[in-house]
Amino acid sequence: MALAKRIIPCLDCDRGRVVKGVQFVNIRDAGDPVEVSRRYGDAGADEITFLDITASHEDRATTVDTVRAIAGQVFIPLTVGGGIRTLEDIRTMLNAGADKVSINTAAVQNPEFVREAAERFGSQCIVVAVDAKRVSAGDEPLRWEIFTHGGRKPTGLEVIEWVGRMVRYGAGEILLTSMDRDGTRNGFDLELKRAVSEAVNVPIIASGGVGNLDHLADGVLLGAADAVLAASIFHFGEYTIREAKAHMSARGIEVRLD
Amino acid sequence: MNQVAVIDYGMGNLHSVAKAIEHVGTDLASESGQSTEVVITSDPARIAAADRVVFPGVGAIRDCMAEIDRLDVGAIVASAMKKKPVLAICVGMQALMAHSEENGGVECLGLLSGRVKFFGEDLRDENDTRLKVPHMGWNRVAQTLDHPLWRGVPDNSRFYFVHSYYVTMSETDQVAGRSVYGEKIVAAISAGNIFATQFHPEKSQHAGLALLRNFLTWNGACD
Repeated sequence: MALAKRIIPCLDCDRGRVVKGVQFVNIRDAGDPVEVSRRYGDAGADEITFLDITASHEDRATTVDTVRAIAGQVFIPLTVGGGIRTLEDIRTMLNAGADKVSINTAAVQNPEFVREAAERFGSQCIVVAVDAKRVSAGDEPLRWEIFTHGGRKPTGLEVIEWVGRMVRYGAGEILLTSMDRDGTRNGFDLELKRAVSEAVNVPIIASGGVGNLDHLADGVLLGAADAVLAASIFHFGEYTIREAKAHMSARGIEVRLD
Repeated sequence: MNQVAVIDYGMGNLHSVAKAIEHVGTDLASESGQSTEVVITSDPARIAAADRVVFPGVGAIRDCMAEIDRLDVGAIVASAMKKKPVLAICVGMQALMAHSEENGGVECLGLLSGRVKFFGEDLRDENDTRLKVPHMGWNRVAQTLDHPLWRGVPDNSRFYFVHSYYVTMSETDQVAGRSVYGEKIVAAISAGNIFATQFHPEKSQHAGLALLRNFLTWNGACD
């Protein structure tokens, strides 16, 4: 009897459509994020993360409508990330039905924003997303740095120190993506996950690199993650959420099966 | 018409709970013909006129209590609980207690006798494994008494929690559900017309929606 480790499918959306493409078994082109979220909810997902990659500010109204529609149909926690820069952005998303917002670049540009957001809305809805890249050479002690702009722009910020600071400022959860692994399907950077998870007392969501179900289980058992996030392995019907949970359960991880 | 007032005192996300109730209300209407209307309001007259009241809450207790006091929500809840079913959720449940340790100690409404305590910086399970705080995610709830709101909800179902402070109470006959997270915590309370949950039924999918649906047909005090 313990808290279940969470499995979180992630939807990357542009102007109201899932862009990485989603295809459930026997169902083609499910690019509608509301439909996709509903299916993941039915399949046993523990939360949904909606990542808005819409470039232009004008098109963001669509995102709010989409979030509102998802929240009206899917009764599990919903995190919205991408372009969250002001307290007003947070309020808009929470009012649309998001339970948490994920702050990434804006935290790097202005760390005080995280403090203000947590004070105003409570830590429980403030997720800080961290894009980390390994920067230590082979024989050096392991070291990771924060990168922005999809991993292209170094910031000079050391990850463990940065995450500790974000938690002190009120982050209630850390979404930790390894930019070295993202999209590789080679599995999480487990040393990174464990180092961060052990350094702070808030839950860590492991992200970046999942290619099979053992990777998810490894994230929890070896990376000490509290939740695992994946996109492509679920989107193309390669594995269902249920299969992922059954696999994690078989490896001794407590998951929500009911 | 079954009217549900969700008390709005400016703290956080009331839309999730309103939407979840509307959702189960639609199901109920197709079966029984009884329709449900949800209003989000801080107007005492509208809350007094409603058939049922939901007292939600998220965020820090000091800020919640400040707004509760400013809008005299305590009196509204105290009045409602004498006459009709009231569902308090998360910080809403905590606000009903006498006192919370959060924010250096905050006096709460004292409508129930429990106290709200911090999980602590070094919370551990029975195997001495460190537990993260907040308690965030799906945990099991053991039903410790029969209640109409548990109808159709399997015992030990998982519900979604997110909180760093938890309720303890000495009046154990009011405890309707328990969970374990390092400490044995009060997950649900039944006291006359009040049912209170530490977890978020509106985010707990099937089990949570079943509980909300039961709330819509519950006529209050069951003891």
